[in-house]
Amino acid sequence: MKPFAYARPADVAEAVRDVAAEPNAVFLAGGTNLVDHLKLGVARPDLVVDVRTLTSGEVTELPGGGLRLGAASTNSAVAADRRVRERYPVLAQALLAGATGQLRNAATTGGNPLQRTRCVYFSDVTTPCNKREPGSGCTAVGGYTRYHAVLGTAAALPDPTAAETCIATHPSDMAVALAALDAQVQVLGPTGERTIPFSELHRLVGDEPSRDTELEHGELITAIDLPPLPAGTRSAYRKVRDRASYAFALVSVAAVVPPDGDVRIALGGVAHKPWRATRAEELLRGAELTDSAVRAAMDAELAAAQPQPGVGGGNGFKIPLVNRTVVATLRELTPEASR
Amino acid sequence: MDAEVTLTVDGTRHQLPVDTRTTLLDLMRERLGNTSPKKGCDHGQCGACTVLLDGQRQLSCLALAVAHDGAEVVTADGLAPAGELHPVQQAFLDSDAFQCGYCTPGQICSAVGVLDEVSRGWPSHATADLTGDVELSHDEVAERMSGNLCRCAAYVNIVPAVQQAGGAQA
Repeated sequence: MKPFAYARPADVAEAVRDVAAEPNAVFLAGGTNLVDHLKLGVARPDLVVDVRTLTSGEVTELPGGGLRLGAASTNSAVAADRRVRERYPVLAQALLAGATGQLRNAATTGGNPLQRTRCVYFSDVTTPCNKREPGSGCTAVGGYTRYHAVLGTAAALPDPTAAETCIATHPSDMAVALAALDAQVQVLGPTGERTIPFSELHRLVGDEPSRDTELEHGELITAIDLPPLPAGTRSAYRKVRDRASYAFALVSVAAVVPPDGDVRIALGGVAHKPWRATRAEELLRGAELTDSAVRAAMDAELAAAQPQPGVGGGNGFKIPLVNRTVVATLRELTPEASR
Repeated sequence: MDAEVTLTVDGTRHQLPVDTRTTLLDLMRERLGNTSPKKGCDHGQCGACTVLLDGQRQLSCLALAVAHDGAEVVTADGLAPAGELHPVQQAFLDSDAFQCGYCTPGQICSAVGVLDEVSRGWPSHATADLTGDVELSHDEVAERMSGNLCRCAAYVNIVPAVQQAGGAQA
């Protein structure tokens, strides 16, 4: 592991200043992803600024009926919070579907959405990877693509030598639920505070595969706000994976069904960011959520999906799988709808 | 680069300078001579290094020692300070819940954490009703212990051991 200086500043303002002043500095919270990357050589910072004890670890009521998750609240504490379980089951379920008890006790609200991809080539410093080493190429194309993207990518078989190529997915379960809930991200940066809609926090690859989010260097998540949901809203998270427990999603679905029928759907395991299925949402607005209506809406959502060829048949299986998973999730949430 | 840390491990307070890169696991094993937590994968995937960190089960291989200055750590060794076995340790013996034993200290610390989490009503992925009571069924234990791998595959006895310890404590 490369040597690094460690700092635990007195408050968040100082932490932000410290990181902003050092181009090769990183924030440390629960460390479940960063410490592993330090060992692997994926992350090679000169300065590690520990913020774990600087932000709130509490879940608090917001005026108007929402909840504020302090950035230092752990994934297990949020999943166990009775208000979260009762009002935002999709979030509790997503958190409980992720990682293990030990990891959830360390991982935080602020850190979870900022975890890096689990693309095996990103973690392997001996292989080219545009996300880890900009401009080095992409080893995943035509390789082991089972966990890779089918949405938001350029072409069926992108050029593995091009600097903009990356077919990685975002691995967080929590983030998929937060996207469906229209959560708001509270951020403190060198120039002050700002609020970012959760669905705009993460990026598609564009021409900068190394950037996962829209955060600037030195910007720190201080809290994530959950907006109030109309009374009678139902929500659920459904995750499909290779093992029954402790595995990343092949695909996952977060669905929120308010009583007015404006269903919200977010997909995990399919893109570089948590994917809001806005096309399907539009088609389902005001419609009865019959299996055939949902299936057709998801067909439209997935019309532009690009399966990636690769070892073991590639990842084309995700396209019908995610469609069926949305149908199953909404069926469970609306048992009264005619099928 | 060094930093001074103070840690209480199994009831004994230690103050020592550590390289900032040192994990809690390496500090305990290499500096304090406490080899109860085991190094399996060293990447947070196997659970062999599980300890109770400030009362909660965590992975000591993914915790930087400097980031836990002042913390209280209990290893499987520290669960039996006076030589009397912890109920979870006794349950593992009674159920023959291990073979080679390498993963066992991590399994035991994890199980102690599981029983505490259950007693506080924390749900899991296996809990059908998120807001209802938790019963220590086979599926609940298997899900909650999924972060502790046993390459001997002693799971068939580990699950009943955790259930026994849970019943004995209730």
